[in-house]
Amino acid sequence: MGYVPVKGGTEAIEASIKRVKFERLKGEAILEIETILSTMRALVDQVMSESSLYSPQLAALAIKQAEGSMEEAVFLMRAHRSTLPRLYYSQSVETEAMFVERRISASFKDIPGGQLLGATYDYTHRLLDFDLINEKKADNTHWLHSYAKELQEVKVEETIERYPKVVEYLRKEGLFEQYEMDNTEPEDITKRSLEFPASRSARLQVLTRGQTGALTSLAYASLRGYGEVHPTVGEVRVGSLPIYVKHPNEEDGSADEEFYIGDIQVTEVESFVPVNVKNEHNEDELEFEIGYGICYGQNETKTIAMSILDQCLEHLNDEFPTHDEEFVLLHIDSVESSGFISHLKLPHYVTFQSKLDSIRQVKKGVQVNEG
Amino acid sequence: MKANTHFAFFDEGSKKEIRRATLKAVAIPGYQVPFASREMPIARGWGTGGLQLTLSLIGQTDVLKVIDQGSDESVNAVSIKKLVQDTTGVQLTECTEQADIIQSRHRIPECSLTKEQILVLQVPIPEPLRAIEAREYVTKCMHAEDDYSGAWLMLFEQIMKYGKTATTADHPVSVHDRYVMAPSPIPRFDNPKMNHSEALILLGAGREKKIYAVPPYTSVKSLAFDDYPFTVESFEGAHCHLCGAVDVFLDELIDHEKSETIYQCNDSAYCIEQLNKQEKVEVESTYA
Repeated sequence: MGYVPVKGGTEAIEASIKRVKFERLKGEAILEIETILSTMRALVDQVMSESSLYSPQLAALAIKQAEGSMEEAVFLMRAHRSTLPRLYYSQSVETEAMFVERRISASFKDIPGGQLLGATYDYTHRLLDFDLINEKKADNTHWLHSYAKELQEVKVEETIERYPKVVEYLRKEGLFEQYEMDNTEPEDITKRSLEFPASRSARLQVLTRGQTGALTSLAYASLRGYGEVHPTVGEVRVGSLPIYVKHPNEEDGSADEEFYIGDIQVTEVESFVPVNVKNEHNEDELEFEIGYGICYGQNETKTIAMSILDQCLEHLNDEFPTHDEEFVLLHIDSVESSGFISHLKLPHYVTFQSKLDSIRQVKKGVQVNEG
Repeated sequence: MKANTHFAFFDEGSKKEIRRATLKAVAIPGYQVPFASREMPIARGWGTGGLQLTLSLIGQTDVLKVIDQGSDESVNAVSIKKLVQDTTGVQLTECTEQADIIQSRHRIPECSLTKEQILVLQVPIPEPLRAIEAREYVTKCMHAEDDYSGAWLMLFEQIMKYGKTATTADHPVSVHDRYVMAPSPIPRFDNPKMNHSEALILLGAGREKKIYAVPPYTSVKSLAFDDYPFTVESFEGAHCHLCGAVDVFLDELIDHEKSETIYQCNDSAYCIEQLNKQEKVEVESTYA
């Protein structure tokens, strides 16, 4: 039976839903949540980042249910997010306290604390690995054992070292401006609608939960010439951050009374961008500014893109769409953009009829006039 | 499902096509020849243009050197070398003089190259007018009409703003008095090395799908005004803390123990060569 929007649609919809279930089940294989969690780290991280909900388990479930579709998985997570009570805001986090797994600088060869490559695809060759077709569990176990052995031979540092920020070195030289700590409570864009001009905290929130592809495209456009920001990456760091919340009833509690609620893995980027500033004699001078990016999980391209767009939006410029706050912030959200694009699949019979009528009338009118 | 990789990764048809574009580039110095840039097993923007040139040129008897920011051991140089060697089995070297093909990112080696060598430069943004005009169609017209007023204006505006030209790496050059070209982001320090170079210089931009060239013995002038001449990066008073070299491009390092700034040759192969020479002299003088 065909799909009729007004009557008789119910049966068709049910059949369609059954069909989509069939598509997922027909191969008769079951993908365990555990398998997704341990083999699809990148996908899980991207879904968490775009849904602004930190839960690897739920992200894996969403991926399973969505058959691996990013937009669908993020959609599921965001919808679920709406059902969760929001009880506390965490204490602000000092990213210098991060347990660093990876940290690189593209600005200096020799950064204080050193470069730490960690896990990255950057230096792998993108050649299809045909061996993975016949991957054996026993081989993997063997590899893991020998890797663990190798690691045992590595000398472990006795003290936990804090990695200083690369920018501090340049700040000491006066190449970056010193700012007062701004501890005003950030705006929560999920509880209050975005207003323009947006505050920086609101802007950073929109960017961090933006769609990976959209952020990457717009930042790329800015680099290529449709924008004015071409940074050098000062520092990329990936690692886990401990999150604390304050005691709800004790207003002036000390840090000892804060509750540790767990770790989140994040990627953080500080990009260095040369900008024009006026000095006290009203002369133009060159100085560096920082473009900032942070998001859940290991999403380095997205975070670097965020740092570029952050810097673009610090310098509004009508000439380029990438420097237009409304253009960028209103179009990068996965749920909003994919939702409105896909609404075009809904019936538009009435509006189209109206358009048809109008075009027919106009055409007729032209012919009459010409005749 | 499994396929063996062909010599130098590409099929012969692809190599031929890239070589044709290269020949055209050599014939029209500084002109950006569009080519059907392939997707490579390294990321676009990480030197795929240079890599495509190298792979289309390389033969079994060639000796390859790859440098990234002056260093043979830089992560990306290592990765590119590994890929070329895995697919060709050619000999690798760190010694500039021994190499036939030198693929480089952001540097021209300190010692001068010979007519037996080809320098392949990786280029991120081949269009010298991109900062002035974002649209490719328009910049192409500007090149055709020899309209480089935008590039001159950029330098002029810098002089008005800062009292001097403030270009960084990638200072535009005029090749054979016709095309203005982006010399790939080499520091200004290296621009003069392009002028009447004995070695063929090929420039490849994979992401932007362009190949261009400076044939041997071709004039390459850095854009500048008579009263505001072209200047290179200054390392006045600084010398390499290892080999003592001056008149080379230096890296700024921080001595963590003394919290002092120290300098070191950026071209690591050159630095080692200097050190070896000094040691040789030392050894000879001691035993004599």
